[in-house]
Amino acid sequence: MGTGGELAAVVGVGMTKFSATRGDVSMPGLVREAAQRALEDAGMQWDDIDAVVMGKAPDFFEGVMMPEIFLSEALGCVGKPMLRVHTAGSVGGSTALVAASLVHSGVHKRVLTVAWEKQSESNAMWALSLKQPFQVSINAGAGGYFSPIIRQYMEATQAPELIGCMVAFKDRQHALLNPYAHLHQPDLTFDQVVESPMLWEPIRYSETCPSSDGAAAMVIVNEEEADKAENPAWIHAGAMRSEANNFPGRDEVNPLASRECAEDLWNQAGITNPREEIDVVEMYVPFSWYEPMWLESLGFCERGDGWKLVESGATHIEGGDLPVNCSGGVLSSNPIGASGMIRFAEAALQVRGMAGDHQVEGARKAMGHAYGGGAQYFAMWVVGKDKPIA
Amino acid sequence: MTEISVPSSLDGVEPVQSVRTPIRMEYTFTPGVAAQTYLREFANKKILGVVSPVDGAVLVPPRGADSRHGALCDEFIEMPHTGHIGSFCVTNVPIPGRELDLPYISAWIFLDGADIGFLNLVAECPPEECRIGMRVEAVWKPDEEIGMTAENILYWKPTGEPDIPFEAAGVRGWHVGKEDQTNA
Amino acid sequence: MWGKKIKPMRKVAVVAAASRQEEKMLDNEVEMMVPLITEVRTKTGLDQTDIGFTCSGSSDFLAGQAFSFVMTLDAVGPVPPIAESHVEMDGAWAFYETWVKFQMGVIDTALVYSYGKPSPGSLQDVLSTQLDPYYIAPLWPDAHAVAGLQARTLLEQGIITVDQLADCAVRAGTVESREEYFSQPMLSDPLRKADCPTYADGGVAMILAVEGKAEELCEKPAWITGIDHRIDAHHFGVRDLTAVPSARLAAEKAGVHDGPIDIAELHAAYTTQDLLLRKEIGLPETPNHSQRSYSIKADTLMASGLLRIAEAARGIWDVQANRALAHATAGPLLQQNLVCVLSGESN
Repeated sequence: MGTGGELAAVVGVGMTKFSATRGDVSMPGLVREAAQRALEDAGMQWDDIDAVVMGKAPDFFEGVMMPEIFLSEALGCVGKPMLRVHTAGSVGGSTALVAASLVHSGVHKRVLTVAWEKQSESNAMWALSLKQPFQVSINAGAGGYFSPIIRQYMEATQAPELIGCMVAFKDRQHALLNPYAHLHQPDLTFDQVVESPMLWEPIRYSETCPSSDGAAAMVIVNEEEADKAENPAWIHAGAMRSEANNFPGRDEVNPLASRECAEDLWNQAGITNPREEIDVVEMYVPFSWYEPMWLESLGFCERGDGWKLVESGATHIEGGDLPVNCSGGVLSSNPIGASGMIRFAEAALQVRGMAGDHQVEGARKAMGHAYGGGAQYFAMWVVGKDKPIA
Repeated sequence: MTEISVPSSLDGVEPVQSVRTPIRMEYTFTPGVAAQTYLREFANKKILGVVSPVDGAVLVPPRGADSRHGALCDEFIEMPHTGHIGSFCVTNVPIPGRELDLPYISAWIFLDGADIGFLNLVAECPPEECRIGMRVEAVWKPDEEIGMTAENILYWKPTGEPDIPFEAAGVRGWHVGKEDQTNA
Repeated sequence: MWGKKIKPMRKVAVVAAASRQEEKMLDNEVEMMVPLITEVRTKTGLDQTDIGFTCSGSSDFLAGQAFSFVMTLDAVGPVPPIAESHVEMDGAWAFYETWVKFQMGVIDTALVYSYGKPSPGSLQDVLSTQLDPYYIAPLWPDAHAVAGLQARTLLEQGIITVDQLADCAVRAGTVESREEYFSQPMLSDPLRKADCPTYADGGVAMILAVEGKAEELCEKPAWITGIDHRIDAHHFGVRDLTAVPSARLAAEKAGVHDGPIDIAELHAAYTTQDLLLRKEIGLPETPNHSQRSYSIKADTLMASGLLRIAEAARGIWDVQANRALAHATAGPLLQQNLVCVLSGESN
């Protein structure tokens, strides 16, 4: 049980305001804004940091190859070890786990981790659709890829058609409680979500994530350091799994990599009933229907019952017993490379009691979740208010 | 907006808020050995798949290896030009660099005898009539336009034959009669 | 860090390696990597399901495609799913991430691989996009031009001489003799063609194992006795181009100076950088044993660093060396450096 090695905890969290274009900051300015906030939260200076781990999604999003190289000064890395992770959409989560591994391993005591994307610098749709001469290009962005998978889920479970709209409406309501969220739509009605145009049928415009600029950062420290902190978020478990993109018999709706990653995670955390034992979940839901799909895959309910959990209101911050994406989720803010880390960081804020208006009362154990590629890369963690029991 | 102080000589000068620095890079790709063989025959209006050396699964189009085992596949097999829809999407979003009337249907096509699918266009079918399990056949470009490209097939159209049941369509078909597979 | 260990480190060794470099490869990335990954798994008798962790390094800009590493994962055969990670860095840093994972005590074996195919694009232009996008990249200085800046600084300050450059080119095998070197015209003045890298497509795969397991898988495991990496500032204006503090520090932290080094496998793409690195790391200009291969002669971006580690391990397996140093670099002008010391003895 446990992550292996030394105990580690999050003692600092920093995020930027997320928006379509952060025209007021350069790339260095953006990452520094999040990192500075994380350091302030941790009560640390740049010199206190032993190593930096950065993550982001494809370099084509900004048109800079391996941008961590030129961000060395902005993140106070000079003379320090620096790593750059890229595991597709799950990268924000993977980056946090690599940073945590530097502490679990006993190699470092205080690690800064930052994940970001400044999609306004380039064109994400272009970056994702770079023409390859030997492939048929008919895949207009990620929606075109995930829509057929969602359709299979809907047909297999016979879920009511508006479940996805319920998720989208809930996350946009949650976003109103989070000042950093990109989409703040106080006047949005459920009917407007339902009536929004179909982009990739069955995915409506309002059921998709925005394209955002933004960064998230965390300071992860060892037990000795965390014991000095007021309210650390202890890392109880961390897991990553990958599987191939396309192979005979692949379950695209509920990928084996997702199920095995979750199983490993719950084992590490000593959790036998996630629904009962987890107080709040930050889940990677770029298209609304992925909430019920992941609820099933992660073991929060039986297969085929995810939509029932959504329909019952269980995942709403008001009155739900398993609030999902209280921050507004990926559906309300999506700086791709940072989106996974935001999930992990929000989970940490919840167990530290620092989530502000979107705080779940008394949250003691939270899950952060991210996925990427063709739903084939997974990164997850469980953080807790209490130290993990050895 | 972050406030920045500037020397007095720059007072009144409009601040630079963004710079546009276009990047142009050209790549000359090599398709790889498997895709080369596939494309050569595709230009002869033949669709080739490869056979997994591990369990005989048929993979089309070839991408270099059986991704379950990391095993190179060098046995090619000619495929029929018919198959069924594993799942699909009705898209109202234009594709950069490609002109298509909206909406169009993109679908996972599973050729008869193939064990994985590939994404392609479906036409001559109103979006509301498209179904998982629907039988389709290839519509090729006119002969004079066919070349060494992945786009020799214009789209797939319904054959009018009875549908494949949902449980057997797409990847689910792999599990039918293969109870030893655990990830159903 | 390493110097003041928080706890004793687990002993980890390189137990198998396979690599391939060619000027222009017709195979795609999957076809290139399958034989290499198969070779190291066969050598060790490990099946993918026996391997605790897999980690790789590559670059989308080199491949000309977003998420390029996703397809290459097919070469591993990740079914059933695997614990896996990827760095957008040279594979040497994937090697480091993997070594850290061993220190968590959660794995006993690992597969590390990396690859690069510069042949489809113009690497000189691709590398320009790695420079500061606001101030430097828009000027499109290519890699040789940037290297020329550093070379001139080194020559004019008398830190190195042109004769040393010529001798280094001869050692690296880019020319046969000093005479041939001096007969070459300038390519990026003061650098001649023989000073500059020839790029190659290629890949490396490697198996690592922990003490207790490594001895079962390999007759003479190449033990990692020290590993560290550091980064310097990026902007040329704030860097002293005649020094590489990150390499110096990484070497010190990796314990390079704790004993004699028999082979030093340096990832230096230019003769000037080879000489500068030797000085910074504290190695003799002409090592006891020469390097097994030189990046100047065949540089595979994203794989060259991991290849240096593979070559150092081969030096140990072939009993050419008892203690070997491997170095990897990234970024312009040796901005980021990793140093690893391998030993034939576990203590």
